[in-house]
Amino acid sequence: MTEKAVNNLSQAVLRHAAPLMFLVVLAVFSLLSPRFLAGNNFLNILIQSASTAIVATGMTFVLLTAGIDLSVGSVMFVSAAVAGKMVLGGQPLWLACAAILLTGMLSGAFNALCITWLRIVPFIVTLATLYFGRGLGLWLTETRAMNLPESILRIGSARIAGIPFPVLMLGIVVLAAHLVLTRTSFGRQIYAMGNDADAARKAGIRTNRIQFAVYVISGFCAALGGLVSIAQLGAVSPSFGNQREFAAIAAAVLGGVSLFGGRGSVLPGTLLGALLIQTIENGLVIANADPYLYPLVMSAIIFLAVLLDSLRNQQLRRSQRRIIRPSQKPSHG
Amino acid sequence: MYCGGAGNSEITMKPLLECSQIGKSYFGVSVLRGVKLALAAGSVLGLVGENGAGKSTLMNILGGVTQPDAGSMRLDGSEYIPKTPAEATGYGVAFVHQELNLFTNLSIAENLFIPAFPKNKFGFIDRPQMRTKTAELLRAVSLDISPDTLVESLSPGERQLVEIARALGQNAKLIIFDEPTTSLTSRETDRLFALIERLRAQGIAMIYISHVLPDVFRLCDEMIVLRDGEVVGSGRKDEFTTERLITLMVGRRLDQLYPTRDTQPAPETVMQVSDLSQPGVIEGISFELRRGEVLGIAGLMGAGRTELAHILFGLDPCARGSITINGAEISALSTRERIACGLAFLTENRREEGLLMDAAISDNLALTALPQFTSGALIEQPRLTQAVNQMAASVQIRGGGQHRQPVKTLSGGNQQKVVLGKWLLRNPAVLILDEPTRGVDVGARSEIYRIIHQLAATGAGILFISSEIEELIGVCDRLLVMQRGAIAARFERAEFSREQILGAALQSGEKP
Repeated sequence: MTEKAVNNLSQAVLRHAAPLMFLVVLAVFSLLSPRFLAGNNFLNILIQSASTAIVATGMTFVLLTAGIDLSVGSVMFVSAAVAGKMVLGGQPLWLACAAILLTGMLSGAFNALCITWLRIVPFIVTLATLYFGRGLGLWLTETRAMNLPESILRIGSARIAGIPFPVLMLGIVVLAAHLVLTRTSFGRQIYAMGNDADAARKAGIRTNRIQFAVYVISGFCAALGGLVSIAQLGAVSPSFGNQREFAAIAAAVLGGVSLFGGRGSVLPGTLLGALLIQTIENGLVIANADPYLYPLVMSAIIFLAVLLDSLRNQQLRRSQRRIIRPSQKPSHG
Repeated sequence: MYCGGAGNSEITMKPLLECSQIGKSYFGVSVLRGVKLALAAGSVLGLVGENGAGKSTLMNILGGVTQPDAGSMRLDGSEYIPKTPAEATGYGVAFVHQELNLFTNLSIAENLFIPAFPKNKFGFIDRPQMRTKTAELLRAVSLDISPDTLVESLSPGERQLVEIARALGQNAKLIIFDEPTTSLTSRETDRLFALIERLRAQGIAMIYISHVLPDVFRLCDEMIVLRDGEVVGSGRKDEFTTERLITLMVGRRLDQLYPTRDTQPAPETVMQVSDLSQPGVIEGISFELRRGEVLGIAGLMGAGRTELAHILFGLDPCARGSITINGAEISALSTRERIACGLAFLTENRREEGLLMDAAISDNLALTALPQFTSGALIEQPRLTQAVNQMAASVQIRGGGQHRQPVKTLSGGNQQKVVLGKWLLRNPAVLILDEPTRGVDVGARSEIYRIIHQLAATGAGILFISSEIEELIGVCDRLLVMQRGAIAARFERAEFSREQILGAALQSGEKP
């Protein structure tokens, strides 16, 4: 019985890892620095995490089908580069914004085509588009940073009904994604496909369409995350969006989305994961930590996220092992 | 006899499902020939046959997973040719599988409706409607659980009821049960049987496939026996007895397939297993294996034979018991260390576990023996090549001259010979073979048996797991029969009888 209690406890801890870690992180940093708990610091965290959280939301769709999209950082860069070129070339701002989103969706569609039509493994396809996108962006920008007009920064710092623009975008994306994933046929079919793609096909789900859609969504979210980021920075540097794929995957996985597919949520899951990462970074800054520590802490977080996912999955498999002698089984209800 | 006048149901009701002259072959090997069956609404047809008799193929045809090469089917009076499982569902044919086909990460309600969910006027899933309908269907199968419960938190028996509820939700006219009781407790089984009776009363036709003959007698109105892809017996339940069913299932076959043994097992024990147990998997397994002996393990699918092999080889944990090889205890060792002690394992699934499909024949042969052919860190290529060529000739692999051909281009039988050759290069003390002739043609089978005997002649102990009683009788010196994770019976070669072995493997318990 005690063994069972321990088992139940570890299961509960694994399942609620993200909120538990969030509490621990809050406790640690508030002890380290009193400024951490200041009211507008939390708003700052929310604003700073918006871009990554939006990218991670798109990533969640892909991860739920047991796929992966490594190209999101490069997609951010390419679409920003295209838009930057247009703005500097005198095109209107709204057209540039539309171009960003369109480029993102096209990049996603390219990934999707390679995966569903050419049947290339998602990891390899998106690894290739990661390099391709970065290269294309560098070629477009001639590896120079592009400083964009003031008007863009004004959008970034705008408030609509009192809500900062990045937070508003984040809210819309997360809510829409949550509704799609939990309340639509498409969303539930994504989960079914992540659970067992073969069974999903047999049940009459068009798995190719689902797969196509999730990569387009991921490309769109990457571009939108890029747009929010540009509006905050006012410039596109050659390293724009660099390694953002890791932050996005880490956010989703920390929030409980499984790399093995079929498990996890955007709300609270991925959002909480993204906030957790940003809170840690923010805390490190406020506690005056050595900047060289940041990448080390970041990599530790990614490691922890993947470890948690792996542990959760092992536990799941153990609980689903086939029982040959049912009489030996502990009675159930 | 067949048309004794009393069959009132046959006269008043015309059959719901009618199959005639169904034939199917894979790669020139015929698995179904001239199969004929008829089933009326509100009746239960029991389908029995040994493993490999063609039951699954017949069910796959009914379920739209594969299409027949010959014959025709009629459902409810009109032509029935499902091209996909979804199409079969549309016609009102539903399956309750042995391996359940539910999405464990979704709720019961979602599983009942996927992929076509009811929608509200905003295009979102209409959850209240879905819940109400699900609750109704769950009541019909007497499952008193919230429709929002995730399937992963249900027991196997409850999941099965959910599958039946799904079939009812799809307005199934015909439900096919494939070994439905294998993972159920006795209470869950009773509940399932009560439900089957109720469905029968509602006019739903059912096909019930099972190895548990008493259950088949209890539930079914009519029976049909398949053997080697042909119907060898069919009729009303009262025309059959358990003895007659077993005789029909086993049949009589030619025995020239099996080479004669010219060596005898040696007296000394090479492997000793005592009281090996793992809760929920195997219980109190004890046996000894002598040098040069071929010990067969018979049993039905799911009896725990493969699981036993995995535990012996160190792939799965065991809670208690001991395993020794040549007197050395190995139960605490890793798989690698067990291989070093002389244990070898030919897996059930050679495509996934036993072979590197894209690598050459010679590379596959050399794989496990590599440490024996190295000096320092380098491989002694000439010595290895010589040994590999010798082995390839000895197991008679029909491939390219230098054995550089990828394994995936070989036939099933030749692939299996590569796997055997791979382990033989190591001169194992004990070789575990799990279904070594599955998917292998007759000619190659005979050669595989010859290699097994050849290996036994060199003094290795061989554990031979097979679902075909026929080949166990032909090849083994002694037989263990497993049932529900325990050894149900042991037979010496002199006492081998198909009927008794099958009787022990089936769950009829007291007598065959």
